[in-house]
Amino acid sequence: MDLVKIFLLALLVNNVVVMRFLALCSYVGMTSDVGQSVGMGFAVTFVTVLATAATWPIYHFVLVPLNLTFLQILIFILVIASLVQLVEFYLKKNVPGLYSAMGIYLPLITTNCAILAITFENISFKYTFIQSISYSVGGSLGYLLAMVLLAGIRDRIRTSPVPKFLEGTPILFIATALIGIAFMGFSGLIK
Amino acid sequence: MKKLYSVFKQGIIYENPLLMLMIGLCSAIAVTTNVSNGIGMGLAMTFVLLFSEIIISLFRKVIPSAVRIPVFIIVIAAFTTMVDLVMKAYFPDLSKSMGVFIPLIVVNCIIMGRVEAFASKQKLAAVIADSLGMGLGYTWVLIGIAAVRELLGNGTFAGLQVMPDSFQPILFFILPPGGFFVFGLFISFNIWLKKRMEVTARARELAARKEAA
Repeated sequence: MDLVKIFLLALLVNNVVVMRFLALCSYVGMTSDVGQSVGMGFAVTFVTVLATAATWPIYHFVLVPLNLTFLQILIFILVIASLVQLVEFYLKKNVPGLYSAMGIYLPLITTNCAILAITFENISFKYTFIQSISYSVGGSLGYLLAMVLLAGIRDRIRTSPVPKFLEGTPILFIATALIGIAFMGFSGLIK
Repeated sequence: MKKLYSVFKQGIIYENPLLMLMIGLCSAIAVTTNVSNGIGMGLAMTFVLLFSEIIISLFRKVIPSAVRIPVFIIVIAAFTTMVDLVMKAYFPDLSKSMGVFIPLIVVNCIIMGRVEAFASKQKLAAVIADSLGMGLGYTWVLIGIAAVRELLGNGTFAGLQVMPDSFQPILFFILPPGGFFVFGLFISFNIWLKKRMEVTARARELAARKEAA
């Protein structure tokens, strides 16, 4: 499989949010404002790529030779959690501008399941290192795309008449179902 | 005892983790394409929730609050690994059809949220009631969603053919968008149910007060 194919597959055909149901908590919680959703999307992209670059070598060069693959869940979540901490410290000290834009989202990212799922799948799909990076960039940009789409739709919903029984959160899921139907059109994109 | 029961009851409707608190949604929509998946996921989740809460509650006075989050994560990850390995060994088909969502229990916000907000502060008995209530609240929603989706999308219930042969399965409900759709309607239903229960509770209270006067 070539890299572009993996990238498009992760970005559109198997979009993390609307097709795979990952990271729904932040998808519902962080999309009340377009700017906020973009910030969160980029923070997730950044951490996902870093996490892939860290967990792939750990799995293949440490866990496999030592026969410790059953510790995968434990090790991966710890690596991601400490990585998020490190990134937070680094940004706070050296890039305060970026920190103030992205900082508040970082602690939330530790329990974002899209990141953990992407790092797991890089292993279970037996991707090489480069393919893994391509998959994680595609997947997390797919997350960003879905976040921005829903944030835009929420802006419109606020001024539209919504059926009474769907007011509040239910309408968000109905809207997501409609986005999902649109995304299913991509399924013929890659053979 | 009455207090324990009210803690248990909270999780089922009033503070249902999925429909009211809106946490732990990912696995709930993803695995509910058929009822047996829903039951499996619900039980796995309840197991991890119950044992993590018990462990955290027993050790709540020993864990320093500065490092509590990493400690919680390790405890949860240990139980998740157990469930994952047991499922792989004894229910390979179920484990394969749920895929990455079993390991993802570890970042399920329901567990982290309950451990942080409840188990780290309460006594053992209350913690058991809470985790069973939350687990049951999670499981019934899963089974409910799965039943609707499987019945309409495949014409079966837990693998058994229920609908007559002339029924044309509506593929939409098995596909991802159908999951969002059914879930949205479930939230709407739960909001209605909660409102109704509040109204009847208030009416009963008023009647009781009138009788006393």
